[in-house]
Amino acid sequence: MHRFANPGRFMRIAGALFPWTAVSCLLCFAIGLVLALAGSPADYQQGETVRIMYVHVPAAWLALLVYSFIAAASAAALIWRHPLADIAALAASPIGAGFTFIALATGSIWARPMWGTWWVWDARLTSVLILFFFYLGHLSLAHAFDDPQRGRRAAAILAIAGFINVPIVKFSVDWWNTLHQPASIFRAGGPTVDSAMLWPLGFMAVAYLLLFVTLLLMRMQTALLRARVRVLQIAQLDVAPAPVQG
Amino acid sequence: MQSLADFFAMGGYAGFVWPAYGIAALVLIGLLTVSWYQLRQAREMLRRYDSQTGADRP
Repeated sequence: MHRFANPGRFMRIAGALFPWTAVSCLLCFAIGLVLALAGSPADYQQGETVRIMYVHVPAAWLALLVYSFIAAASAAALIWRHPLADIAALAASPIGAGFTFIALATGSIWARPMWGTWWVWDARLTSVLILFFFYLGHLSLAHAFDDPQRGRRAAAILAIAGFINVPIVKFSVDWWNTLHQPASIFRAGGPTVDSAMLWPLGFMAVAYLLLFVTLLLMRMQTALLRARVRVLQIAQLDVAPAPVQG
Repeated sequence: MQSLADFFAMGGYAGFVWPAYGIAALVLIGLLTVSWYQLRQAREMLRRYDSQTGADRP
């Protein structure tokens, strides 16, 4: 893994990967959206509102996946001082917050016609809201210190502590009596959803995942470029002649 | 034409299905736009500094 620690090497790999992830992401979105909106049946209970599932469920999956990625990267940053780990964790954070926001907002819109309310404080909804706050906390803590190194350290510790919430979100529907339905895809015994709905869901999930990778590559490149600009700025200050004293 | 109107009506749930897709699109396209703009800006900055330091060299 430390082979990728070299920023120059990472920039080359990211640049080479980018067109592939971007194009395949676009393709998956195109196929996924056509299947989701037109190529899949309405639900016998939920009618056409079931189509909200195709933007809601992958967002919720990615919200958990990206947070797990951030927690793992933060651990790598603290334990092995891997130079790209901090950069990866902070680059991923706004993307994960975006996915969590989509899950919350589309879930709320879906709940209104199906449950008769925009929001309930059940275990699933509440734990996802807490996940959203962990994302916001991670982002703001990283920039809350004058010394960026200390900010990144504090953010990494928060990210690792907040990982306890990930299994709580996942299993909240089993541990508590929630209005939110239990898992129907990643469950023991296999999915209970018909393949006509599984295909669009799969394409949308892969599209979301590829979008995450594409955005992560872009944002990590941005962070590395900015770091190099800072090094050049400091070097210039050192070289510049001292100001004349009045 | 009738079927297209049916499609947009979403069985009477148009007011829920389309806003859900709209919010998802808005957030994702927003993230992409901001990330793309920041990457371009960072590249531009580095190019400026590189040319400056290059010019300073004797």
